[in-house]
Amino acid sequence: MVYLTRKLEFSASHLYHNPALSAEENKRIFGKCNNPHGHGHNYTLEVTVAGEPDPVTGMVLDLKELKEILEREITQRMDHRFLNYEVAELKGQIPTCENIARVIWNLLEPKISKGRLHKVRLYETPDLYADCYRNGAHGT
Amino acid sequence: MNEALKMELGRRYRFSASHRLHSSKLSEEENRRVYGKCNNPHGHGHNYVVEVSVSGTVDPAMGMIANLADLDAFVEREVIEPFDHKSLNEDVAAFRENVPTTENVCKEIYQRLKHFPKAKLERVRVEETGNNTFEYAGEKL
Repeated sequence: MVYLTRKLEFSASHLYHNPALSAEENKRIFGKCNNPHGHGHNYTLEVTVAGEPDPVTGMVLDLKELKEILEREITQRMDHRFLNYEVAELKGQIPTCENIARVIWNLLEPKISKGRLHKVRLYETPDLYADCYRNGAHGT
Repeated sequence: MNEALKMELGRRYRFSASHRLHSSKLSEEENRRVYGKCNNPHGHGHNYVVEVSVSGTVDPAMGMIANLADLDAFVEREVIEPFDHKSLNEDVAAFRENVPTTENVCKEIYQRLKHFPKAKLERVRVEETGNNTFEYAGEKL
């Protein structure tokens, strides 16, 4: 098995607010991430696909194809957007790193035509990231 | 929620500390041979990076595996405060006997963090320099 990883950056704004909680609880749980007008990050996404290289092309998955999938599914949907208001898949969820990573997994998994999606790692800052992978798969 | 998916949260922390690699089980000469310049008598220092990974279910009300403020406070109390700007050999009891190689530092940090009450500790990675990295995930690795 070979693991192929492609990186992608996008910039977006968000805020953490749960309407089921009081203003005070929101402030306590989410701290400055609850500031009403939101704030932004430069996100870095790493997408790992696992598979056997095709004996003819030597590729697990054509990088060009993966790039197009990422452009269509992620960049066009999330780059320079306010995640709470402009990304339908995040409606009703707090756009934390964990939830965005899971939405990205669910968007990408059905589109990977060769090999299979192994891991999604989303960095919100260089010091904070969320990993999403199939239960039972090793985490590397 | 997609139960087939596993979620982890990774967070990087930093501390600066000094250490000296010297084993009381070896002779002076063997210590010099094994540890080279890391055996220099007065020690030396590094800027360490600690990468902590925890897993768990994402609480739907918070959207989080664990509140970062809780994780930060726990790591600060258990690791950063006792290690930062300290001599690992002199100031951390675990390294009075144990040589503070980064392998041992990594295991000691794992032991200190494995009781984090809000999520499951998956692994600890320690970078001694940008070129040396050590990872410990308990005994399942």
